[in-house]
Amino acid sequence: MIDQDFTDSLLEKFSSVSLRHHDDCLTLDCEPNAIVEFLSHLRDEETFDLLVDLTGIDHGQKAEVRYTVVIHLYSRIHRNYLRVHSPAVNNESPEFPSVESVFPAANWHEREAFDMFGITFSGHPNLKRILMWDEYPYFPLRKDFPLAGIDVPLPAEDVVEVTDASVEPAPMMGGPFVSSGDGMMSDSEPRAKDESWTEQAEKPV
Amino acid sequence: MSLNEVAYNGKVEGDVIVTKADAVINWIRKHSVWPMPMGLACCAIELMAAAASRYDISRFGMEVMRFSPRQSDCMIVAGTVTYKMAEVVRRIYDQMGDPKWVVAMGACASTGGMYRSYAVMQGVDTIVPVDVYVSGCPPRPEALLDAMIKLQDKISDESSVSNLKRSPETAMVN
Ligand code: SF4
Repeated sequence: MIDQDFTDSLLEKFSSVSLRHHDDCLTLDCEPNAIVEFLSHLRDEETFDLLVDLTGIDHGQKAEVRYTVVIHLYSRIHRNYLRVHSPAVNNESPEFPSVESVFPAANWHEREAFDMFGITFSGHPNLKRILMWDEYPYFPLRKDFPLAGIDVPLPAEDVVEVTDASVEPAPMMGGPFVSSGDGMMSDSEPRAKDESWTEQAEKPV
Repeated sequence: MSLNEVAYNGKVEGDVIVTKADAVINWIRKHSVWPMPMGLACCAIELMAAAASRYDISRFGMEVMRFSPRQSDCMIVAGTVTYKMAEVVRRIYDQMGDPKWVVAMGACASTGGMYRSYAVMQGVDTIVPVDVYVSGCPPRPEALLDAMIKLQDKISDESSVSNLKRSPETAMVN
């Protein structure tokens, strides 16, 4: 049972863990240097032995702590989830201890968080990009990265030589494309909200 | 009867067929298109449907899907081409023997589709010359069949003798 007693005993055992506001499953804040120990405890003593998700959050350039790592665990005994938030140290080049040693499933999740947010997971056995190609210079899910993308060369030189292709920004051209949702189907098909600008004719300021 | 067709009248010619080399070559090519299924996303499911019994692409002589580029001559790009995958698509295209054709199946392969983002190539024609575009997200199997028949028409109009080898550079359409 995940009840007040359960929460209290957890908080009592770990001074670096605190309760966080939550509307669904039990959510806790944890200091990054205690995360490995805390997760091991949850896995071995509290039956939270399934890592459901591990990802990052970028709170924006102005935030005091810019990057947070969020971990979802599931217990098949409690039949419930548990969420752990933990801040990444250093806003410029965020760092976080890898939990791969506790949950091997975290391996690819951490690679993805590294790929998208640039959070370095120290102690990870194979920390390289998983979605974008290795030489990609940016971290696309950071708040300062434009949705359309940034001009960079294509990763294969020989292909570039023949085709002259490159990674080009693709602005939404008045998107996002939404349906008005009523009327005849032909009229309510998804359309750009603002069609006054395109790739050729720039968006009026 | 047009010059581009194979004409044979047994009463007049006996065992001899008089025609143009182009017509014969194109006729042979067009009736044995071996597609290379470049299935990259959801459109590939519809490509499979086109090959299965209900729509049966073999009615039109192009059912021999080969997963080796060396054995195929028509690449059907069915799906979202990411920038990371673009290199692979081009390399596989390069490995196909001449003559070769490309069908861009669906909105994604044709234009990037709904993915206007940092990760998706806005149309596979950026890296390979596309012969036929198919609209739809995904296109119905009939639409793909229609595209393949259009491709056959296109093949039958090619000057195959003077253009025995289509070099990728001159064949680039964009
Ligand atoms: S065009 Fe539509 S169905 Fe086809 S790959 Fe793109 S998103 Fe999927």
